[in-house]
Amino acid sequence: MNENFGEPTDSEVDELYARLDREAKQGGYFLNREAEFVKGLVRGLLINERRYGYRACPCRLAADDKQQDLDIICPCYYRDADLSEFGACYCALYVSAAVLKGEKELSCIPERRPPFESRAAKPGSSGASLDAVPAKLSVPVWRCLVCGYLCGREGPPEVCPICKAGRERFERFI
Amino acid sequence: MNFEHVAGEEKGKITLYALSTCIWCKRTRELLMALGVSFDYIYVDLLKGEDRSKAIEQVKHYNPSTSFPTLVIGDKSIVGFREKEIREALG
Repeated sequence: MNENFGEPTDSEVDELYARLDREAKQGGYFLNREAEFVKGLVRGLLINERRYGYRACPCRLAADDKQQDLDIICPCYYRDADLSEFGACYCALYVSAAVLKGEKELSCIPERRPPFESRAAKPGSSGASLDAVPAKLSVPVWRCLVCGYLCGREGPPEVCPICKAGRERFERFI
Repeated sequence: MNFEHVAGEEKGKITLYALSTCIWCKRTRELLMALGVSFDYIYVDLLKGEDRSKAIEQVKHYNPSTSFPTLVIGDKSIVGFREKEIREALG
């Protein structure tokens, strides 16, 4: 854990906030409308980036091991399911259109991430089976574990074009 | 393990396990302060080594998913910023 870092400055917070907002909109997602609330979370993301080297979820305890924490790098693997079920991600950084428009109220979201013991066995991948594929594919299909984006190519892209997740957060789907 | 103590009205043993970066933990701590009760809190993400493992074990005892905030009031625990439940438990 790197402890020799300064507090994120207001301009760093504003810069990342603007970037996340832009990327969210491009991908069809929405950030929470409460700017001060979001800035608090963005500050937490910047602190975690300095501490651990990656933007671990500010509302979860990071292990200081990127491999173990791949699922909770923001946006996390659980965001889409929580958006569908509760109208917000675990932190409420991302919200659904209904929550954004005030048609649905936010409630406390239970932790969807499996406990450590059951997590260790399967590092994020669902282990797709090749048996169900009817024809031989010319290239494998890769799936973004954050947003579900699929692409057929030799290897996963450097960065997901939809949600900006890094290539290490893709699984071979078919 | 060094808990921070916040002085206030005695309502039994109240312990808040929190993360320093978590907004909901912050809201929970602020609610407890607004309610004016005496409580102890600790930022588990800032702990190291044995203290950290010990704190995680304690949280797990009350809340198997080891999520934050975990608020322990006597032998009862409230997971997450559940304002209504917290107010009721301390009312």
